[in-house]
Amino acid sequence: MSSSQYRDGARKVAPIAVAAFAFALSFGVLAPTSGIETLEAIVMSATTFAGSAQFAAASILGVGGGVVSAIVAATLLNARYAPISVSVAPIFVGSPARRLLESQLIVDESWALSKRPDGRYDRRLLVGGGLLLYVCWVGGTAVGVLAGDALGDPSELGLDAAFPALFLAILVTQVHSRLELAAAVLGGVIALALLPAAPAGVPIIAAAAACLIGWRRS
Amino acid sequence: MSHRLEAILNEVWIVVAVVGAATVALKSVGPVLLGGKPLPEHLTGVVALLAPALLAALVVTQAVGGDEEIVLDARLAGLGAAVVALLLRAPLLVVVAAAAAATALVRLLT
Repeated sequence: MSSSQYRDGARKVAPIAVAAFAFALSFGVLAPTSGIETLEAIVMSATTFAGSAQFAAASILGVGGGVVSAIVAATLLNARYAPISVSVAPIFVGSPARRLLESQLIVDESWALSKRPDGRYDRRLLVGGGLLLYVCWVGGTAVGVLAGDALGDPSELGLDAAFPALFLAILVTQVHSRLELAAAVLGGVIALALLPAAPAGVPIIAAAAACLIGWRRS
Repeated sequence: MSHRLEAILNEVWIVVAVVGAATVALKSVGPVLLGGKPLPEHLTGVVALLAPALLAALVVTQAVGGDEEIVLDARLAGLGAAVVALLLRAPLLVVVAAAAAATALVRLLT
Protein backbone atom coordinates (compact mmCIF):
# COMPACT_ATOMS: atom_id res chain seq x y z
CA MET A 1 0.00 0.00 0.00
CA SER A 2 2.73 2.41 0.94
CA SER A 3 4.75 1.51 -2.16
CA SER A 4 1.80 2.24 -4.39
CA GLN A 5 1.87 5.81 -3.09
CA TYR A 6 5.52 6.20 -4.03
CA ARG A 7 4.47 4.86 -7.40
CA ASP A 8 1.68 7.45 -7.54
CA GLY A 9 4.32 10.15 -7.14
CA ALA A 10 6.40 8.66 -9.94
CA ARG A 11 3.33 8.40 -12.14
CA LYS A 12 2.41 12.00 -11.43
CA VAL A 13 5.81 13.36 -12.47
CA ALA A 14 6.28 10.95 -15.40
CA PRO A 15 5.37 13.53 -18.08
CA ILE A 16 7.75 16.00 -16.42
CA ALA A 17 10.45 13.36 -16.14
CA VAL A 18 10.55 13.21 -19.94
CA ALA A 19 11.23 16.95 -20.08
CA ALA A 20 13.73 16.69 -17.21
CA PHE A 21 15.63 13.95 -19.04
CA ALA A 22 15.80 16.08 -22.18
CA PHE A 23 16.89 19.11 -20.15
CA ALA A 24 19.59 17.07 -18.39
CA LEU A 25 20.67 15.80 -21.78
CA SER A 26 21.21 19.36 -22.94
CA PHE A 27 23.16 20.15 -19.75
CA GLY A 28 25.36 17.16 -20.52
CA VAL A 29 25.86 18.31 -24.11
CA LEU A 30 26.64 21.91 -23.15
CA ALA A 31 28.82 21.22 -20.09
CA PRO A 32 32.01 20.30 -22.00
CA THR A 33 31.78 23.54 -24.00
CA SER A 34 32.07 25.36 -20.64
CA GLY A 35 35.07 23.32 -19.54
CA ILE A 36 33.04 20.96 -17.36
CA GLU A 37 34.32 17.43 -17.86
CA THR A 38 32.28 14.22 -17.95
CA LEU A 39 32.70 13.22 -14.31
CA GLU A 40 32.30 16.80 -13.07
CA ALA A 41 29.02 17.20 -14.93
CA ILE A 42 27.62 13.93 -13.58
CA VAL A 43 28.72 14.70 -10.00
CA MET A 44 27.18 18.15 -10.28
CA SER A 45 23.84 16.72 -11.43
CA ALA A 46 23.95 14.12 -8.64
CA THR A 47 24.69 16.61 -5.86
CA THR A 48 23.09 19.87 -7.01
CA PHE A 49 20.10 18.34 -8.86
CA ALA A 50 18.69 21.72 -9.89
CA GLY A 51 18.67 22.66 -13.55
CA SER A 52 18.74 26.44 -13.54
CA ALA A 53 21.62 26.64 -11.05
CA GLN A 54 23.69 24.16 -13.02
CA PHE A 55 23.13 25.97 -16.29
CA ALA A 56 23.98 29.29 -14.66
CA ALA A 57 27.22 27.93 -13.21
CA ALA A 58 28.15 26.33 -16.53
CA SER A 59 27.48 29.44 -18.57
CA ILE A 60 29.47 31.67 -16.20
CA LEU A 61 32.43 29.26 -16.24
CA GLY A 62 32.06 29.06 -20.03
CA VAL A 63 32.53 32.78 -20.53
CA GLY A 64 35.38 32.90 -18.02
CA GLY A 65 33.29 34.62 -15.37
CA GLY A 66 35.21 33.01 -12.55
CA VAL A 67 34.63 30.64 -9.66
CA VAL A 68 33.12 33.15 -7.26
CA SER A 69 30.44 34.48 -9.61
CA ALA A 70 29.55 30.95 -10.71
CA ILE A 71 29.09 29.88 -7.08
CA VAL A 72 27.16 33.02 -6.08
CA ALA A 73 24.81 32.84 -9.07
CA ALA A 74 24.07 29.14 -8.66
CA THR A 75 23.55 29.47 -4.91
CA LEU A 76 21.22 32.46 -5.35
CA LEU A 77 19.22 30.48 -7.87
CA ASN A 78 18.87 27.67 -5.35
CA ALA A 79 18.13 29.96 -2.40
CA ARG A 80 14.41 29.38 -3.04
CA TYR A 81 14.92 25.87 -1.66
CA ALA A 82 15.27 27.29 1.85
CA PRO A 83 11.62 28.50 2.06
CA ILE A 84 10.50 25.50 -0.01
CA SER A 85 12.16 23.07 2.39
CA VAL A 86 10.58 24.84 5.37
CA SER A 87 7.16 24.47 3.74
CA VAL A 88 7.53 20.68 3.55
CA ALA A 89 9.46 20.25 6.81
CA PRO A 90 6.51 18.69 8.72
CA ILE A 91 6.23 15.73 6.33
CA PHE A 92 9.82 14.51 6.77
CA VAL A 93 10.12 12.09 9.67
CA GLY A 94 12.77 9.73 11.07
CA SER A 95 16.42 10.34 11.90
CA PRO A 96 18.13 13.58 10.84
CA ALA A 97 20.25 11.60 8.36
CA ARG A 98 17.15 10.16 6.72
CA ARG A 99 15.50 13.58 6.60
CA LEU A 100 18.64 15.04 5.05
CA LEU A 101 18.77 12.32 2.38
CA GLU A 102 15.09 12.44 1.50
CA SER A 103 15.08 16.23 1.40
CA GLN A 104 17.53 16.09 -1.49
CA LEU A 105 14.64 14.87 -3.65
CA ILE A 106 12.97 18.26 -3.26
CA VAL A 107 12.92 19.99 -6.63
CA ASP A 108 10.40 22.53 -7.91
CA GLU A 109 8.40 19.86 -9.72
CA SER A 110 8.30 17.12 -7.07
CA TRP A 111 7.48 19.78 -4.47
CA ALA A 112 4.66 21.43 -6.41
CA LEU A 113 3.08 18.14 -7.48
CA SER A 114 3.13 16.69 -3.96
CA LYS A 115 0.87 19.47 -2.70
CA ARG A 116 -2.55 18.05 -2.02
CA PRO A 117 -5.78 19.99 -2.59
CA ASP A 118 -6.06 20.60 1.18
CA GLY A 119 -2.79 22.54 1.06
CA ARG A 120 -0.70 19.91 2.86
CA TYR A 121 2.18 18.08 1.26
CA ASP A 122 2.42 14.32 0.73
CA ARG A 123 5.82 12.81 1.54
CA ARG A 124 5.37 9.66 -0.57
CA LEU A 125 4.34 11.66 -3.62
CA LEU A 126 7.35 13.94 -3.16
CA VAL A 127 9.84 11.13 -2.60
CA GLY A 128 8.43 8.87 -5.33
CA GLY A 129 8.26 11.69 -7.84
CA GLY A 130 11.61 13.11 -6.79
CA LEU A 131 13.34 9.74 -7.19
CA LEU A 132 12.13 9.34 -10.77
CA LEU A 133 13.22 12.89 -11.57
CA TYR A 134 16.61 12.25 -9.94
CA VAL A 135 17.24 9.13 -12.04
CA CYS A 136 16.22 10.97 -15.23
CA TRP A 137 18.31 14.00 -14.30
CA VAL A 138 21.55 12.15 -13.55
CA GLY A 139 20.96 9.63 -16.36
CA GLY A 140 20.19 12.37 -18.89
CA THR A 141 23.34 14.24 -17.90
CA ALA A 142 25.45 11.10 -18.31
CA VAL A 143 23.99 10.33 -21.75
CA GLY A 144 24.47 13.98 -22.75
CA VAL A 145 28.14 14.25 -21.81
CA LEU A 146 28.96 10.83 -23.25
CA ALA A 147 27.00 11.15 -26.51
CA GLY A 148 28.03 14.79 -26.79
CA ASP A 149 27.98 16.47 -30.16
CA ALA A 150 26.00 13.68 -31.81
CA LEU A 151 22.87 15.17 -30.25
CA GLY A 152 23.11 18.66 -31.74
CA ASP A 153 22.06 21.99 -30.24
CA PRO A 154 19.19 21.45 -27.78
CA SER A 155 17.93 25.05 -27.98
CA GLU A 156 16.83 24.36 -31.56
CA LEU A 157 14.33 21.92 -30.11
CA GLY A 158 12.72 24.72 -28.09
CA LEU A 159 13.58 22.97 -24.82
CA ASP A 160 14.12 26.25 -23.00
CA ALA A 161 10.45 27.06 -23.62
CA ALA A 162 9.33 23.76 -22.14
CA PHE A 163 10.04 24.97 -18.61
CA PRO A 164 7.98 28.15 -18.39
CA ALA A 165 5.15 26.08 -19.92
CA LEU A 166 5.67 23.36 -17.35
CA PHE A 167 5.63 25.77 -14.42
CA LEU A 168 2.56 27.52 -15.82
CA ALA A 169 0.74 24.19 -16.13
CA ILE A 170 1.58 23.34 -12.51
CA LEU A 171 0.68 26.85 -11.36
CA VAL A 172 -2.80 26.52 -12.85
CA THR A 173 -3.42 23.47 -10.66
CA GLN A 174 -2.30 25.39 -7.56
CA VAL A 175 -4.62 28.37 -7.80
CA HIS A 176 -8.02 27.68 -6.26
CA SER A 177 -8.71 30.79 -4.20
CA ARG A 178 -8.50 34.53 -4.67
CA LEU A 179 -5.67 34.71 -2.18
CA GLU A 180 -3.66 32.12 -4.13
CA LEU A 181 -4.33 34.05 -7.33
CA ALA A 182 -3.18 37.25 -5.62
CA ALA A 183 0.02 35.54 -4.43
CA ALA A 184 0.71 34.26 -7.96
CA VAL A 185 0.14 37.65 -9.58
CA LEU A 186 2.20 39.44 -6.95
CA GLY A 187 5.01 36.88 -7.24
CA GLY A 188 5.05 37.23 -11.02
CA VAL A 189 5.07 41.03 -10.85
CA ILE A 190 7.91 41.11 -8.30
CA ALA A 191 9.98 38.74 -10.44
CA LEU A 192 9.31 40.78 -13.59
CA ALA A 193 10.17 44.05 -11.89
CA LEU A 194 13.46 42.73 -10.53
CA LEU A 195 14.56 40.88 -13.67
CA PRO A 196 16.36 43.88 -15.20
CA ALA A 197 17.77 45.05 -11.88
CA ALA A 198 19.07 42.05 -9.96
CA PRO A 199 21.33 39.05 -10.56
CA ALA A 200 19.64 35.78 -11.55
CA GLY A 201 17.98 34.09 -8.62
CA VAL A 202 17.21 37.27 -6.69
CA PRO A 203 13.91 37.92 -8.55
CA ILE A 204 12.74 34.41 -7.62
CA ILE A 205 13.51 34.58 -3.91
CA ALA A 206 12.16 38.12 -3.70
CA ALA A 207 8.94 36.86 -5.30
CA ALA A 208 8.65 34.32 -2.50
CA ALA A 209 7.85 37.27 -0.23
CA ALA A 210 4.47 37.46 -1.97
CA CYS A 211 3.35 34.58 0.21
CA LEU A 212 3.45 36.91 3.22
CA ILE A 213 0.00 38.15 2.22
CA GLY A 214 -1.19 34.89 3.81
CA TRP A 215 0.17 35.98 7.20
CA ARG A 216 -2.19 35.61 10.20
CA ARG A 217 -4.94 34.29 8.01
CA SER A 218 -5.30 30.92 9.68
CA MET B 1 48.46 26.27 -21.85
CA SER B 2 48.24 22.95 -20.04
CA HIS B 3 48.74 24.79 -16.74
CA ARG B 4 45.87 27.07 -17.61
CA LEU B 5 43.69 24.12 -18.53
CA GLU B 6 44.59 22.44 -15.25
CA ALA B 7 43.67 25.56 -13.32
CA ILE B 8 40.28 25.73 -15.06
CA LEU B 9 39.54 22.09 -14.31
CA ASN B 10 40.34 22.60 -10.64
CA GLU B 11 38.09 25.63 -10.64
CA VAL B 12 35.26 23.50 -11.98
CA TRP B 13 35.64 21.01 -9.14
CA ILE B 14 35.52 23.87 -6.62
CA VAL B 15 32.29 25.13 -8.17
CA VAL B 16 30.81 21.62 -8.27
CA ALA B 17 31.69 20.97 -4.62
CA VAL B 18 30.61 24.33 -3.18
CA VAL B 19 27.37 24.61 -5.16
CA GLY B 20 26.57 20.97 -4.35
CA ALA B 21 27.16 21.48 -0.62
CA ALA B 22 25.18 24.73 -0.57
CA THR B 23 22.25 23.10 -2.35
CA VAL B 24 22.24 20.09 -0.01
CA ALA B 25 22.14 22.52 2.92
CA LEU B 26 19.39 24.69 1.41
CA LYS B 27 17.18 21.69 0.60
CA SER B 28 17.62 20.07 3.99
CA VAL B 29 17.37 23.12 6.25
CA GLY B 30 13.63 22.72 6.82
CA PRO B 31 13.42 18.91 7.11
CA VAL B 32 16.53 18.59 9.30
CA LEU B 33 15.86 21.50 11.69
CA LEU B 34 12.06 21.39 11.82
CA GLY B 35 11.36 17.89 10.48
CA GLY B 36 8.28 16.06 11.69
CA LYS B 37 6.89 19.00 13.65
CA PRO B 38 3.88 20.93 12.47
CA LEU B 39 4.61 24.48 11.37
CA PRO B 40 3.57 27.29 13.71
CA GLU B 41 -0.07 28.23 13.16
CA HIS B 42 0.55 31.69 11.76
CA LEU B 43 3.02 30.28 9.22
CA THR B 44 0.67 27.79 7.58
CA GLY B 45 -1.21 30.49 5.67
CA VAL B 46 2.08 31.93 4.47
CA VAL B 47 3.51 28.57 3.42
CA ALA B 48 0.33 27.66 1.51
CA LEU B 49 0.89 30.67 -0.75
CA LEU B 50 4.55 29.89 -1.40
CA ALA B 51 3.76 27.53 -4.30
CA PRO B 52 1.68 29.98 -6.36
CA ALA B 53 4.12 32.85 -5.70
CA LEU B 54 7.26 30.89 -6.58
CA LEU B 55 5.74 29.10 -9.56
CA ALA B 56 4.59 32.42 -11.05
CA ALA B 57 8.10 33.81 -10.55
CA LEU B 58 9.58 30.74 -12.25
CA VAL B 59 7.22 31.18 -15.21
CA VAL B 60 8.29 34.83 -15.57
CA THR B 61 12.04 34.27 -15.15
CA GLN B 62 12.11 31.24 -17.46
CA ALA B 63 9.97 32.89 -20.14
CA VAL B 64 11.50 36.37 -20.38
CA GLY B 65 14.60 36.17 -18.18
CA GLY B 66 17.97 37.19 -19.60
CA ASP B 67 21.27 38.29 -18.13
CA GLU B 68 19.89 40.99 -15.81
CA GLU B 69 17.44 42.05 -18.49
CA ILE B 70 14.07 41.16 -19.92
CA VAL B 71 14.45 39.26 -23.17
CA LEU B 72 11.44 38.82 -25.42
CA ASP B 73 12.16 36.01 -27.85
CA ALA B 74 10.79 32.78 -29.31
CA ARG B 75 10.08 31.46 -25.80
CA LEU B 76 7.02 33.74 -25.74
CA ALA B 77 5.54 31.87 -28.69
CA GLY B 78 6.02 28.71 -26.66
CA LEU B 79 4.31 30.24 -23.64
CA GLY B 80 1.42 31.34 -25.88
CA ALA B 81 1.08 27.81 -27.22
CA ALA B 82 1.09 26.52 -23.64
CA VAL B 83 -1.72 28.90 -22.69
CA VAL B 84 -3.81 27.70 -25.65
CA ALA B 85 -3.11 24.05 -24.75
CA LEU B 86 -4.08 24.73 -21.13
CA LEU B 87 -7.32 26.43 -22.19
CA LEU B 88 -8.07 23.31 -24.25
CA ARG B 89 -7.45 21.27 -21.08
CA ALA B 90 -4.63 19.35 -22.73
CA PRO B 91 -2.58 16.96 -20.57
CA LEU B 92 0.72 18.20 -19.10
CA LEU B 93 2.96 16.50 -21.64
CA VAL B 94 0.99 18.03 -24.53
CA VAL B 95 1.25 21.50 -22.96
CA VAL B 96 5.02 21.17 -22.63
CA ALA B 97 5.45 19.65 -26.09
CA ALA B 98 3.31 22.39 -27.67
CA ALA B 99 5.50 25.05 -26.05
CA ALA B 100 8.72 23.43 -27.24
CA ALA B 101 7.36 22.86 -30.75
CA ALA B 102 6.08 26.44 -31.13
CA THR B 103 9.40 27.85 -29.97
CA ALA B 104 11.38 25.56 -32.23
CA LEU B 105 9.13 26.53 -35.17
CA VAL B 106 9.60 30.26 -34.56
CA ARG B 107 13.39 29.78 -34.32
CA LEU B 108 13.33 27.81 -37.57
CA LEU B 109 11.40 30.54 -39.39
CA THR B 110 13.29 33.55 -38.05
